[in-house]
Amino acid sequence: MPSTLPPGDPAPPDGRLPSSALGGLGDRPFGIYVHVPFCAARCGYCDFNTYTPGELGSSASPESWLEGLRQELDLAVRVLGTPPPADTVFVGGGTPSLLGVNGLTAVLDTIRSTFGLASGAEVTTESNPESTSAEFFVGIRAAGYNRVSLGMQSAAPHVLRVLDRKHTPGRAVAAVREARAAGFGHVNLDLIYGTPGETENDLRASLDAVLSAGVDHVSAYALIVEEGTALARRVSRGELPAPDDDLLADRYELIDDTLGAAGLAWYEVSNWAASPAARCRHNLGYWLGGDWWGAGPGAHSHVGGVRWWNVKHPARYAALLADGVSPAAGRETLTDAERHEERVLLELRLVEGLPLSVLDDAGATEAELAARDGLLDPTAMAVGRCVLTRPGRLLADSLVRRLVP
Amino acid sequence: MSTFADSTFTPPERIRNFCIIAHIDHGKSTLADRMLQLTGVVEERTMRDQYLDRMDIERERGITIKAQNVRLPWRLDGTDHVLHLIDTPGHVDFTYEVSRSLAACEGAILLVDAAQGIEAQTLANLYLAMENDLTIVPVLNKIDLPAADPDKYAAELAHIIGCEPEDVLRVSAKTGAGVRELLDEVVRQVPAPRGADDAPARAMIFDSVYDTYRGVITYVRVMDGRITPRERIRMMSTGATHELLEVGIISPDPKPCRGLGVGEVGYLITGVKDVRQSRVGDTVTSERKGATEPLGGYRDPKPMVYAGLYPLDGSDYPELREALDKLQLNDAALTYEPETSAALGFGFRCGFLGLLHLEITRDRLEREFGLDLISTAPNVVYRVVMEDDTEHVVTNPSDWPKGKIAEVHEPVVKTTIIAPSDFVGAIMELCQSRRGQLGGMDYLSEDRVELRYTLPLAEIVYDFFDTLKSRTRGYASLDYEEAGSQTADLVKVDILLQGEPVDAFSAIVHKDAAYGYGTKMASKLRELIPRQQFEVPIQAAVGSRIIARETIRALRKDVLAKCYGGDISRKRKLLEKQKEGKKRMKMVGRVEVPQEAFVAALATDESGEKKPRK
Ligand SMILES: Nc1nc2c(ncn2[C@@H]2O[C@H](COP(=O)(O)OP(=O)(O)OP(=O)(O)O)[C@@H](O)[C@H]2O)c(=O)[nH]1
Ligand SMILES: C[S@@+](CC[C@H](N)C(=O)[O-])C[C@H]1O[C@@H](n2cnc3c(N)ncnc32)[C@H](O)[C@@H]1O
Ligand code: SF4
Ligand SMILES: [Mg+2]
Repeated sequence: MPSTLPPGDPAPPDGRLPSSALGGLGDRPFGIYVHVPFCAARCGYCDFNTYTPGELGSSASPESWLEGLRQELDLAVRVLGTPPPADTVFVGGGTPSLLGVNGLTAVLDTIRSTFGLASGAEVTTESNPESTSAEFFVGIRAAGYNRVSLGMQSAAPHVLRVLDRKHTPGRAVAAVREARAAGFGHVNLDLIYGTPGETENDLRASLDAVLSAGVDHVSAYALIVEEGTALARRVSRGELPAPDDDLLADRYELIDDTLGAAGLAWYEVSNWAASPAARCRHNLGYWLGGDWWGAGPGAHSHVGGVRWWNVKHPARYAALLADGVSPAAGRETLTDAERHEERVLLELRLVEGLPLSVLDDAGATEAELAARDGLLDPTAMAVGRCVLTRPGRLLADSLVRRLVP
Repeated sequence: MSTFADSTFTPPERIRNFCIIAHIDHGKSTLADRMLQLTGVVEERTMRDQYLDRMDIERERGITIKAQNVRLPWRLDGTDHVLHLIDTPGHVDFTYEVSRSLAACEGAILLVDAAQGIEAQTLANLYLAMENDLTIVPVLNKIDLPAADPDKYAAELAHIIGCEPEDVLRVSAKTGAGVRELLDEVVRQVPAPRGADDAPARAMIFDSVYDTYRGVITYVRVMDGRITPRERIRMMSTGATHELLEVGIISPDPKPCRGLGVGEVGYLITGVKDVRQSRVGDTVTSERKGATEPLGGYRDPKPMVYAGLYPLDGSDYPELREALDKLQLNDAALTYEPETSAALGFGFRCGFLGLLHLEITRDRLEREFGLDLISTAPNVVYRVVMEDDTEHVVTNPSDWPKGKIAEVHEPVVKTTIIAPSDFVGAIMELCQSRRGQLGGMDYLSEDRVELRYTLPLAEIVYDFFDTLKSRTRGYASLDYEEAGSQTADLVKVDILLQGEPVDAFSAIVHKDAAYGYGTKMASKLRELIPRQQFEVPIQAAVGSRIIARETIRALRKDVLAKCYGGDISRKRKLLEKQKEGKKRMKMVGRVEVPQEAFVAALATDESGEKKPRK
């Protein structure tokens, strides 16, 4: 079941933005996110906005979606006036690789013809290992993609089974090699740790596989039991144990030690990269308050302090756009207090951390205490930055609560 | 239908004033129901069980909290009479309701459950009635029950009262059997009121109730003279005078009348807004040519236990004060004073008659006034004498004086426990472990005993009654009354979080019980306080001596690491929700303690919540 949208203000039918939001557009990095709401089957842990063919029936298809996407990007250009070319593009899902080479090529062509790509743009697509092949990577590389992110999750067959993943353990590693061979300079693997039944050795084996595949980026996420998912039901029925936070902390340390020793350094709580150049620029835009247009059903956008989000169902999305109406379901104009909260919330997660001067007096006092508790790095603090220590990374959420008013 | 009782100024020889007294649940209110029906004042159609239990909380809990009076007509041998009946509560916390009802009566029906026999409050209420020189009409109730053993219990009753077993009437308040005969006997046995019709008016206030619509309603029993509407009256204790807006009778609803004469019971409305201007025990007289000698009054009920009441949300403090003000209008026994707790913020130290009174008050504050409250552990009042001869009265453990203490005086109570004789050993063991001193023991019948113990009040306000019940398979009953104070070896146990004492958890306990209290609290708190970002040591201490220790391990992970794409709003909303949750935490130093921890840690039994005591 897809999660629910946040409540917010209504969005105008023409998608118009307040002029305050448009000032300075192009001075900040600008990205485009494209949401592909299709999956072959739904994984039991997943609450992303995605649909199986059975769920959609004849109400929506990749074709109607692509048509809607074109219309939305046209609308985006009208709304933004003279938009900057995209510094980053991220096609995510769902399962973008289900679109195949032709579909993904069409997506990128549409972006080129509407926004254009900045030179040196980072162009990423997520892919599920089982719907990729050597030809697939050659094809999308030729279309202009230069980064792929693959959902490997684990190398242990029994873990993949609990996660409902369809690929075999070796497929993700093979896909990385194929992508490399096709000329992809940046390849990421996603891992999920703490799945019920996953042992420490399972995780070590997954990490070995990741390192042997030769990626320059790894995302590792602790399994979240999301409300309303099949996994949540299994946990509440007692069929599966809920992940234990102490165990997850041990596992995180194992991941950080192993990746660190292999030259992959953390740069965000859940992300490690082989070099600063290997960091995902698109995601950094989210964390550093950049602008982006999120196109597609349920996609989220941010431009100059205004956040909005699209209707979730692909059929409704396509229908609105066919009528020339903005697919935005709601939006919010951030207050100064909210901007402050978000800034602390997001920047604290990065290896560069947050300038101490951003915090109010009470927050700064808490930061000093947190440094004494071993959650913030005292050396960084001495030069005016709040940078998480490793124990601090694991407690970032409650630490943020202490730092904001 | 109009009856003899509808009009007042009834000749005293035709009036009978009586109350029904009994142990809790022996059927007083149900018996009153039958009397309301037999006399015709309540029609079949409007009848409901325990008609006189008018408050929601009484109906829900099935117990009487407030005494209620009602005027009934009754004809015996062709002569019309007026009966003033007062139904009283049976629970020990509300004994003062019984004692003030007694002052308005010449007789009392002593009701005893024929399946249970005499219980502790039967004796307590009987002795109260005898002190007031009331004529006792002994009655066995519930004779319809298969387990009823009227012969056995008639003998018990006769033995206690000093009458013949044949004099004990037998009724079933459920079926109505014997109730007609009982009313006849009341007329025959209970003396008519005596007073001087031509003397200046004197009426005893035996209840005073605040009503939102009508202001204060004062219930009186006229002793001498007459009280009529549209004259001015004087409260003899204060000299304050009031206009009389209405004089009436209760039958069973308030009905205005021409006035009240000698021996009559009714109500007065004067337009005053505060029951303290119309005090129970005061004497009402006419403003002009009034009486000079007041009637003997009674003492105000004195709080026996104290507890702090705090709003869960600190900003509700003004509402809590207002709610207490309103409740006090109807509850002279409730006292409160503002206090501040480092852990709980602003609240009130409230005095109660007992735990049931505390529980009911808290319940009403929450329900009738929409408040969420934390109550601290109940404690009694101590008198602490220092070596330099200064004295402190301590109603809150956190006010325990520092420095050299010479002696501590704690209140003691005389308790009466009635139980089958098989349980004597178990009861003695329990009382001894609670520092009790045996005062005496009597057999009520072959297999039932009455034990009298003097116990520190502090030892029985917690879980004594529950433990007694469980050790006697529910058979024992308990009553207690104040019996002065004694010196004792008491200490204050502090609970420290991260080395800082938490005032709300401090308790005064006997030296020998300090270790037990300390270890129990420390381990309970370890369960109740969630892990924090740092290790939290919990200690129990007497003075500077640590007697117990636990540690809450530091939390290691709480970060939600999944990527939510660009849905930053969701992350921020989550943060805001957590911040809200944090508001429901009390910061104790740097430790976030959930409100529930206070409630659960201070609850006395294992389930965490107290059940109504019956
Ligand atoms: N079988 C039977 N049950 C009775 C009789 N009289 C009362 N009861 C039941 O005993 C219970 C208590 O009755 P109440 O009339 O509320 O007792 P009470 O003495 O007024 O109780 P408090 O006011 O709380 O002290 C109720 O469940 C009644 O239905 C009786 O004659 N026979
Ligand atoms: C946008 S999602 C899905 C992309 C792609 N369909 C896939 O599953 O590989 C990106 C990543 O989020 C992570 N993820 C999804 N649901 C999660 C959950 N409930 N708990 C932790 N991580 C999760 C997975 O590692 C997944 O690869
Ligand atoms: S493939 Fe990815 S997006 Fe699709 S259901 Fe599974 S986790 Fe969710
Ligand atoms: Mg009753």
